[in-house]
Amino acid sequence: MEHSTEETIRVSLTENAIDTEAILASVASPRAGAVLLFVGTTREVTGDRVTESLDYSGYQEMALEEMQRLADRAAARWPLSRVAMEHRLGHVAIGEASVAIALSAPHRKEAFEAGEWLIDQLKESVPIWKRENWADGTCEWVHPGLSSSTETSH
Amino acid sequence: MQHIPVQLFALARDLAGAEQVTVALPEEATVADLRVRLFDQVPALGAVGDKVRFAVDQQYASDEMPLSGAREVALIPPVSGG
Repeated sequence: MEHSTEETIRVSLTENAIDTEAILASVASPRAGAVLLFVGTTREVTGDRVTESLDYSGYQEMALEEMQRLADRAAARWPLSRVAMEHRLGHVAIGEASVAIALSAPHRKEAFEAGEWLIDQLKESVPIWKRENWADGTCEWVHPGLSSSTETSH
Repeated sequence: MQHIPVQLFALARDLAGAEQVTVALPEEATVADLRVRLFDQVPALGAVGDKVRFAVDQQYASDEMPLSGAREVALIPPVSGG
């Protein structure tokens, strides 16, 4: 699934491995003096618990809309040349990329600021959820702010 | 009355045992009314209760937003992408 309004912004969802090199290459611009790539990866250890794998599920149409809105807001706030955001869906093994954000800008300061803002906002508002498949055989949807009385066997 | 299908995701979907629940509301109902009616109708959703947001036509909606004319309504539990 993919969205692109202008060539400057591209947001997408994929059930395949995220091609971080392609995402990075897609934001190349002759106006850029800084190119930033953030890759979020699936973590094996959270506190004292061990994760075997994760499953990501999304409200796909709205997730793309929301990613597009965030990229538009970032491009309005910082002088970005190009922005690309991709999120993984489905079953994801430990250590793989679950999200990638790449952008280019004339200078590094705005690139770092915009990149941090985009991943922070994505984690706040883009309707995608992960389910932890714990090594002990239980699984659990992650809903920050809700108590974790939600475990089920898998 | 209007009959509004509400899409459910993640834990909310598991709790309700359905991808979608249809709620009957008066024409002048708002998102706040939907919230009350939905949790009355499906008590199991109480576990995601006060933290959920609603989206109308793929945008987050305030409690005051009227539902008449809404094409797509969804319950959005706290998100955990990234």
